[in-house]
Amino acid sequence: MDLIDWSRAQFALTAIYHFLFVPLTLGLSFLVAIMETIYVKTGDEKWLKTTKFWVKLFGINFVIGVATGLIMEFEFGTNWAAYSWIVGDIFGAPLAIEGIFAFFLESTFFVVLFFGWRRVSKGFHLLSAWLVAIGTNLSALWILVANGWMQFPVGMEFNPDTMRYEMANFWEVIFSPVAVAKFLHTIGGGYVTAAIFVVGVSAWFLLRGRETQFARRSIIVASSFGLFASFFLLLSGDESAHQVAQKQPMKLAAMEGLYKGEGRAGIIAFGILNPDKKVGDDLPEFYGDIQLPYALSILGYHDINAFVPGINDLINGNEKFNIMSAGEKIERGKVALQHLNAYHEAKKAGDTSGAETALQAFDANQSYMGYGHFTDPLQTVPPIALTFYSFHVMVGLGSFFIVLFIALLYLGMTNELLTTRWALWITFMSIPLGFVACEAGWIVAEVGRQPWVIQDLLPTMKGSSALNVQSVQITFWAFAVLFTALLIAEIKIMMAAIANGPHIAEKGDHHV
Amino acid sequence: MFETWELLSLQNYWWGIVSLLGGFLAMILFVQGGQALIPSLAKNEADKSLLYNLYGRKWELGFTTLVLFGGAVFAAFPLFYAVSFGGAYFAWMVLLFAYIIQAVSYEYRTKKGNVYGSRVYELFLSINGFLSPFLIGVIIATLFSGGAFIVDDANLSHWLNPMRGLEALSVPFNVLGGISVVLVSRVLGMLYILNSVQEKSLLELTRKKLRIELLMAIAFLASFALWLFVLPGAAAHSETITIEASRYWHTFTFYPIVLLMPFVIGLGLFILGGFKGGKSSFWCGVAGTVLMVFALLMSSGIDGAPFYPSYADLQSSLTITNSSGSRNTLVVMSYVSLFVPVVLGYIAVVWRAMSKPLTHDEIKQDPFSY
Repeated sequence: MDLIDWSRAQFALTAIYHFLFVPLTLGLSFLVAIMETIYVKTGDEKWLKTTKFWVKLFGINFVIGVATGLIMEFEFGTNWAAYSWIVGDIFGAPLAIEGIFAFFLESTFFVVLFFGWRRVSKGFHLLSAWLVAIGTNLSALWILVANGWMQFPVGMEFNPDTMRYEMANFWEVIFSPVAVAKFLHTIGGGYVTAAIFVVGVSAWFLLRGRETQFARRSIIVASSFGLFASFFLLLSGDESAHQVAQKQPMKLAAMEGLYKGEGRAGIIAFGILNPDKKVGDDLPEFYGDIQLPYALSILGYHDINAFVPGINDLINGNEKFNIMSAGEKIERGKVALQHLNAYHEAKKAGDTSGAETALQAFDANQSYMGYGHFTDPLQTVPPIALTFYSFHVMVGLGSFFIVLFIALLYLGMTNELLTTRWALWITFMSIPLGFVACEAGWIVAEVGRQPWVIQDLLPTMKGSSALNVQSVQITFWAFAVLFTALLIAEIKIMMAAIANGPHIAEKGDHHV
Repeated sequence: MFETWELLSLQNYWWGIVSLLGGFLAMILFVQGGQALIPSLAKNEADKSLLYNLYGRKWELGFTTLVLFGGAVFAAFPLFYAVSFGGAYFAWMVLLFAYIIQAVSYEYRTKKGNVYGSRVYELFLSINGFLSPFLIGVIIATLFSGGAFIVDDANLSHWLNPMRGLEALSVPFNVLGGISVVLVSRVLGMLYILNSVQEKSLLELTRKKLRIELLMAIAFLASFALWLFVLPGAAAHSETITIEASRYWHTFTFYPIVLLMPFVIGLGLFILGGFKGGKSSFWCGVAGTVLMVFALLMSSGIDGAPFYPSYADLQSSLTITNSSGSRNTLVVMSYVSLFVPVVLGYIAVVWRAMSKPLTHDEIKQDPFSY
C-alpha cells in the first residue's frame, strides 16, 4: 500500500467510525424531541421518564460522535492538503457555515437538554430539545452540501494563475440537486437507524418482561416515525439514484454490476458477481441473479426505454449513444495539461500573446483536465464488487425495515406485541442492521466515486498531502486503537444504561 | 455591502475574524486549565465531582470553537489550511488526539460499564488539560517564528522537516508561548471556580493557588511579549519578503488602536481580574485573554504582512493576500459572518440560564451528572 492507499484508509477508518454515531444522533434527537413534546402536552410523568431514558442514551452516543467528528474537519488539511488548496475555495465554505449555523446550535442546547432539567423552564427545555434536533440535522445539511459537490461539482471556475477552482456561484453549490438528494437520503437513513435502535432496545425490555409500558410506547412512537422515515427514504433514494444515473454513470454501472449497457435495463434484486469478469470480455457478469425488469431505466432516467450505459460503454465509448471513451478523455486531458503548462512557461517568460494562445487552447479541453492524470482507461473504473454489494445490502435492509415497522405497528395496535416473541427477537437482533445499512450507503457514495475525489475534476491520487507513508501509518494505527477502545467503552456503557432501564427519573426529578 | 469592498479589506476583515476566533479559542481553554487543576484542588470526592461537573458543562464550546476556527481558515485562507495542517502534521495530530479524549472522558468517567475505570478518563482529562493549551500556544508562536515549508508554482506545499511540526518544540520562543497559554488557561480556570461555586473550602484553596499561578502567568506573558517585540520577523516590502529587526514592535506601534491598545487593555484586564479574584473577575480575565490573543494574531498578518513565515524559503511565506480564498468566497463568507453575533447571543442566553452556582447537592441528585 502506498501513501494514497494509507491516506484513503485513514479517511475511511475515521469516517466509518464517525458515521457509526451520526445516524443515531440525527434520528434520536428528533425522537427525543417528539417524546418530550408529548410529555409537555399531556403532563404525563411517564413520558418524562421515557424521554429522559432516551436522552441519556443520546448523550452517550453524542459525545463520541463529536469526538470522532472533530478529526474529519481537520483531516482534509492534514492528509489532503493538495485537495484543500485545489478545491478549498468552494469546499471550505460549507464546512465553515456548518460550524456557525449548526454545530454551535446543537452543542449549546445539548447542555440544556442534558443538564437543564432543573435549571430552566419546561418550555425552554423543550425548545432546547428541538433546537438540538434541528442543529444536528442542519449540520448534516452543510456536510452533505460539501459532499454533494464532490459528487457533482458545480458553480466553480478553474483559475489557471492560482491553479485552483474558485467559487463562481454559491447558490449553485448549495442548491445542487445532488446535495439536496444526498441530504434528504442521509437524514432519512439516520431516522430509520434511530427508529430501529429504539424498537430493538424496547423489544429487549419486552422479551425480559420489564418496563412493558415504557417499551410499548417507545415502540409505537419509533415504528410510526420509522415507517414515515422509510417512505421518505424510498423517495429520496429514488431521487439519489436518478441523480447518480445523470451525473455519475460509472458509479451507477458499478452499483448494478452492469458491463454492457442496454435499453429497458433491469435492476438486480439479488446477484452473485462473477469475480473473473473483466471489462470488455464475454464472460457472464453474474453467477446467478434475479432481475426486476425495466426498473433501472425507470429509476435512472424515469423512462422505461432509456439506455443505461454499462462499464464497457463508458470505457470504450459508444457512438450510437454519443458516449466518449475514457481513453479519448484521457488524451484530451493530457492535451489540456500540456497547454496549461505552456501557459505558465509563456507567462514566466513574459510572452503575453503566447500565454493568451496557450490559455485558449487549454480552455478547449479544460473539462477533461482531470482525466489527463490517468494513463490507462481502466483506472477510471471504481471497485465494482464493493460498490455492488454495499448497494444491495443497503437496499435489502431498507426494504426489510419497512416490513418490520409495519409488523410492529400492527402488533402494537392489536396488543399482541408481548405475545409474539419471535417478532421481538427479530426486532432486537435488527439493532446493528440499521448501522450496517448506513455504512453500506456511505461506501456506495464514496467508493463508487473512485478514482475521483472530485468527480471528473480531481483524481484521488492528486489530492493528498506530501507526506511520507510512515507518518500516515502511525496516525492510522493510533486512530484505529483509540477509536476502537472508545467504541468498546461506548457500547458497554450503552448496554449498562439500557440494562439499568428508565429508572433515572425516579430520584424525584421535576422541572422548576 | 461586502461586494463593494476592496479585496484587501475583505482579507483584513477575515484575518480579523480568524484572530477573534483564535482569541475565543484561547479563552475557552479555561476548561482545560481548570480540569488540569482538579487533582490538586479537590481535597475530597465531593469537590472532585463538583469540579468535573463544573467544567463538564462547558467542554463543548472548545470543540465548536475549534471546528469553527478550522472551517473559517479553510474557507478564507485555504493555502494556510493546506500548508499548516498538511505540513505540521504531527503537531496538529497530537492536538486533535488531545481533544478527542476530552469529550468522551467527561461523559464516560463515572458511568457503569466504562471498561477502563474512572482513573483512565481522569488521566485523559489531565493530558488534555495540559496538552491542548500548550500546543495551541506553541502553534500561535509559530505564526511569528515560522515553519519549514516551501510553496511551489502550483501552490502545492512541501514540509522540509521530517519531524512534521514537532520540531517547533525545539524553539524556546515557541515553548515560552506554550507555557504562557497553559498558565493563562489555569488562571482562567480558577477564576471560573470563583465565579460559579459556593463551597467555601474550595474557594479558599483556589484563591491561594490563584495568587502564585497568576504571578507566573504575568511573568511568562510579559517575557513572551518582550521577546516578540524584539524578534526579527518577516515583513513584506512590495513584492519581496525580508527579515526586519523588531518587526512586531513596529507593527504594534504602527497600528496603535487596532493592535497596541487591545493588547495593553487585554493584559490589564487579565491582571486586574486575576488580582481581584471576585465573582465577576472571570469575565475580566476572559475579555482580557480574547483581546490579547486577538491583537497578537492580528499583528502577524494585518495588511498583507507575512503571518506565517517560512524559514526554509522566505519567499514562500504566507500572507493574507497570497493565501486567501477568492473574492467571491470571501464576500459570501462575510455575509455568513454577520450571523456570528446571533450565535454569541444564544450562547449568552444559555450561559445565563444555566449559571446558577453548582452545589454538591445538585450533583448528587441529578441523574445526568458526570
